Amino acid sequence: MGAVNFGYGISAARGMDLDRNDLGPAREIADEVPEFRACIACGGCTATCTAGNLTSFNFRMVHTLVRRGEYAGAYREMNKCMLCGKCRLVCPRGINTRGVVMQIKRKLGDY
Amino acid sequence: MKRSSWKEYEKEIADDHYYYARSCIRQNFFPGSETTFLRIMREALGKDIYDDPRHTSCTGIGYHSDIVPLDTTMAVVARQFALMTEAGYENIAISCITSFGLYTEILETWHEFPETEARARENLFKATGREFRKPANIAHTSDIVFHNREVIAAQAVRKLVNAETGAPLNIVEHIGCHYAKIFPKSGIGGSEFPYVLAGMVEEWGGRVVDYPERRHCCGFGFRNYIVQANRGFSIANSRKKLESMAPYKPDMMVANCPGCAMFLDKWQYAIAEMENVTYGADGRGIPVLTYEEMAGLVLGYDPWDMGMQMHQVDTEQVLQKMGVRYDPAAKFLGRAGKFIGAPAAAAVNTFSGDRIYRIKT
Amino acid sequence: MSSKRIVVIGGGPAGMQAALSLAAGGLKPVIVERAGELGGKLKEWHRLFPSMTEANEVLTRLTGEIAEAGVEVMLHTEVEGIALGEGGAHDGAPNGVVLAEGKKLPAGAVIVASGFDIFDARQKEEYGYHVYDNVFTTVDIERMLNGDKVALSDGTAPRRIAFVHCVGSRDEKVNQRHCSKVCCITAVKQAMELRERFPEAEIYSFYMDIRMFGPGYEELYQQAQQESHINFIRGRVSEASPTIDGRIQIKAEDTLVGRPLKMSVDMVVLAVGMKAAAGNEKLAASCDGLSLAPSGFLAPRDMFTGCVSSGAAGVFYAGTATAPKTIGECIAEGAMAAQRAAEYLKSGAKR
Repeated sequence: MGAVNFGYGISAARGMDLDRNDLGPAREIADEVPEFRACIACGGCTATCTAGNLTSFNFRMVHTLVRRGEYAGAYREMNKCMLCGKCRLVCPRGINTRGVVMQIKRKLGDY
Repeated sequence: MKRSSWKEYEKEIADDHYYYARSCIRQNFFPGSETTFLRIMREALGKDIYDDPRHTSCTGIGYHSDIVPLDTTMAVVARQFALMTEAGYENIAISCITSFGLYTEILETWHEFPETEARARENLFKATGREFRKPANIAHTSDIVFHNREVIAAQAVRKLVNAETGAPLNIVEHIGCHYAKIFPKSGIGGSEFPYVLAGMVEEWGGRVVDYPERRHCCGFGFRNYIVQANRGFSIANSRKKLESMAPYKPDMMVANCPGCAMFLDKWQYAIAEMENVTYGADGRGIPVLTYEEMAGLVLGYDPWDMGMQMHQVDTEQVLQKMGVRYDPAAKFLGRAGKFIGAPAAAAVNTFSGDRIYRIKT
Repeated sequence: MSSKRIVVIGGGPAGMQAALSLAAGGLKPVIVERAGELGGKLKEWHRLFPSMTEANEVLTRLTGEIAEAGVEVMLHTEVEGIALGEGGAHDGAPNGVVLAEGKKLPAGAVIVASGFDIFDARQKEEYGYHVYDNVFTTVDIERMLNGDKVALSDGTAPRRIAFVHCVGSRDEKVNQRHCSKVCCITAVKQAMELRERFPEAEIYSFYMDIRMFGPGYEELYQQAQQESHINFIRGRVSEASPTIDGRIQIKAEDTLVGRPLKMSVDMVVLAVGMKAAAGNEKLAASCDGLSLAPSGFLAPRDMFTGCVSSGAAGVFYAGTATAPKTIGECIAEGAMAAQRAAEYLKSGAKR
């Protein structure tokens, strides 16, 4: 193999490719918590999040990424959740957010 | 694809008597292309074009790298116009895409903000004692070749087809960003569906490849490659295009920008050496031609006379497909038959079955 | 007699309702319609948001009432401008409209219900409308729904569909800064209609803001998300390009996660906006007091108590001549303009 070092690498693409991402697990999660599909990404959950106010945990961001099939790190992120349930109280779409947390942990442990 | 919309972006291109503004970097990387352009203009088209040894860089690279201030750039461009005026010409033919974009941008700026023109005139006069008239017509040299594509087709010795099968060559055309992304109206076909190179390819018998990343920048980006630490995303842009075009099995690329032609060619070498990946259907790189070289092959010019030995990705595969007769032994012979040295073997030019870019589906 | 006649320019929903209300009040309306039949753009629509009422139901109700009331209708007739001169409600007031070849149609007042133009999606070159086969507009989709033939150009069913919002709205690049208001809900409605036809398809909707301003709209949006499984992605599509297998690749940023996104789809639907009618300029120039808003729509006297009045006595507005509106709003304005015109004639000149 060549592998010549010219002093720079080739940057990895940041873009999400919905042709390559496997949207199956995202669909399964939404089937378990159907109202999750009605999320409007208002960020209320993140605003009130106990963990998110002390760490870099951003529930809204992680579950939006999950819906696009970007699962890397999602399981680990969910471990920051303390399951206090405050997010469920603020959600204007009535989403069982704790259910979303648990589904992500159940379905995406391998990513 | 229905390419009819290009007709909404046609522009006035002068028919004769041009003042030639050369590119800085083309003379290093594709040294025969500008000579070929002059030969096409004079021999094939019978045009009058003045190649002025006094004119300089337009400062485009320095300008886009934030090294040269705009006032300086304007004064330098004003000087080129002064040289043109003194030589008795009023149609400027610009070889470099970034120069073309810069001249267009400056003329537009002078139009919108006349005080900047007054200042440029004053600066030029103070520095050199020169005065100028603005060009009556401004065209990129690819515009001029496009303008004459039918005349060239009438003199064609061969077409852009596979000489054995008669099938049209699959050709990726790449337009420099500064050609029409600054002012869509300044480019033939506008910025979304530029037709300047596609028109040549179609007129001369080739088939244009429409691939998803056709509009994407090659990644040249001045600052992005000048600073070594930034080259990772310069090269990543070329790779993105190469990955996108590879499934179409292009026989060659053609570009109208000095930087694009250089980077699409040379980054293939770097990617092959770094990651052992090539993008041509046969396991080698995809040759990148300038439009002058493409026109020259159609007109029967000798590839080595056009400087095609200077390409990073060997062009022999295209020459063979087109049935161009050339002397392999003469590739690295200079003017007086003197050996000019040959490059070391590179992964991008050596066939290897396991190196072909795997088309992901 | 002619002072009791009121010319209604345009036979769409606003114009038809204006004429009906005038006739009910004992006045003599005449609808001047450019096309060969009444109905305006409603004729081409399939179902109406948010109730999914058939457009034809609304259309036939209005045209039926017009016929029943015996309203005079002049089809295939273009209006060149407002006529000025003697014989109006008072000196110098409009006294009718000018038709082709300078022919004059006398009237005591004029109601302008001349509607809007549909934004020409070809102007957004980067979306490839009329360049790639499977890029459609929401207008095309209504037409296809009407003919019950929603399919790709080769007749097959799409497996992946993307709606693109704000095509020709909120876009300086095409000189359309205004929000066309109805396109969001139209795209939501159509996405749900396509879901019914293509239960297996993935359907995406790329939006900048979702503007659900009407009764039942937000509920429909939520239903589209939750029940119809429409994936809404916040980000403007930047370009469409062809893929090797004849599909269309689109790019956008998913602005909610801050990363670029690309995907290939079988069908792109451009939610085209409402553009000011090309004839507005000529009409406004024909009469002192008429003026255009920066968007090119006709400017009402004010946006509150004078929303159906113009700056000229005796000239009234109804419907989308002044701004993008829903069918219901157009009909409400038609009735209101009729009432104002009747008051104007009764008071003999004062506004």
